[in-house]
Amino acid sequence: MAYLGNSANSGAAHQPTGPRVTQGSESIHTDIQLDSKLESVDRGEELVLEAARGIGFDEDELHRIGIAVRESLVNAVTHGNRFHGRKKVHLRVLISPKHMSVEIRDEGPGFTRESVPDPLSAENLMKHSGRGLLMMQAFMDEFSVQPLEGAGTLVRMVKKRQTG
Amino acid sequence: MSMTLTTRQVGDVTVIDANGRITLGEGSTAFREKIRELSASGNKKVLLNLAEVNYIDSSGIGELVSGFTTVTNQGGAFKLLSLTKRVVDLLQITKLYTVFEVFDDEAAAIRSFN
Repeated sequence: MAYLGNSANSGAAHQPTGPRVTQGSESIHTDIQLDSKLESVDRGEELVLEAARGIGFDEDELHRIGIAVRESLVNAVTHGNRFHGRKKVHLRVLISPKHMSVEIRDEGPGFTRESVPDPLSAENLMKHSGRGLLMMQAFMDEFSVQPLEGAGTLVRMVKKRQTG
Repeated sequence: MSMTLTTRQVGDVTVIDANGRITLGEGSTAFREKIRELSASGNKKVLLNLAEVNYIDSSGIGELVSGFTTVTNQGGAFKLLSLTKRVVDLLQITKLYTVFEVFDDEAAAIRSFN
């Protein structure tokens, strides 16, 4: 497993982002724990964008990746960890020759996609919130939500690398 | 990167020129307060110029929806001007593009209020 980039720990003992291990040609670019604060959202977004920029994503794709990551981090800080002082948001960026994956895990009670109302239905269209998952799914090539038994929720997003 | 909001009056239409990012936190709060302030002072014709806004997150989209609802519930009209391609994409993904009245030309937008 190659190690390419950022590793940091905001004061807590290191824990892996989730049960998933890197496979094949994936290398870890970033593996970091962030405090449950809004400031962490900007920091996490910038770390992912740094990784994405480094492997050649263009400005439009960087914008899409940035928004998807931002939405996931906001959910982890606000809905997952609920700004809890001791709970961390775990961010991991993995890079392979074919894609970049971003894993974001909170330490909250966990949720499933099915439990989130459809923001495109007529009764929800004009609601103030609830569009984050939709934007993550729209802007990334793969998107999954995995509730972890007693360990929060793991969101995994994949963006295929651009060729040519 | 923060957001700035500048208002100007064109006839009886209040134009808000936004610049920067409308995201959770400072940006969306500033926008919400601006709409509240305009509503409280009786401005019922609001045109939001997003020419210099390239980045809106779901919280920012929520503020646009709330702004639209606040102004229209008071019998007014809330319209959008000069959307960048990225903002158009966001509004299309969220199916809100057809909810808002959108203009590319400011003079046409101003005329549409009357």
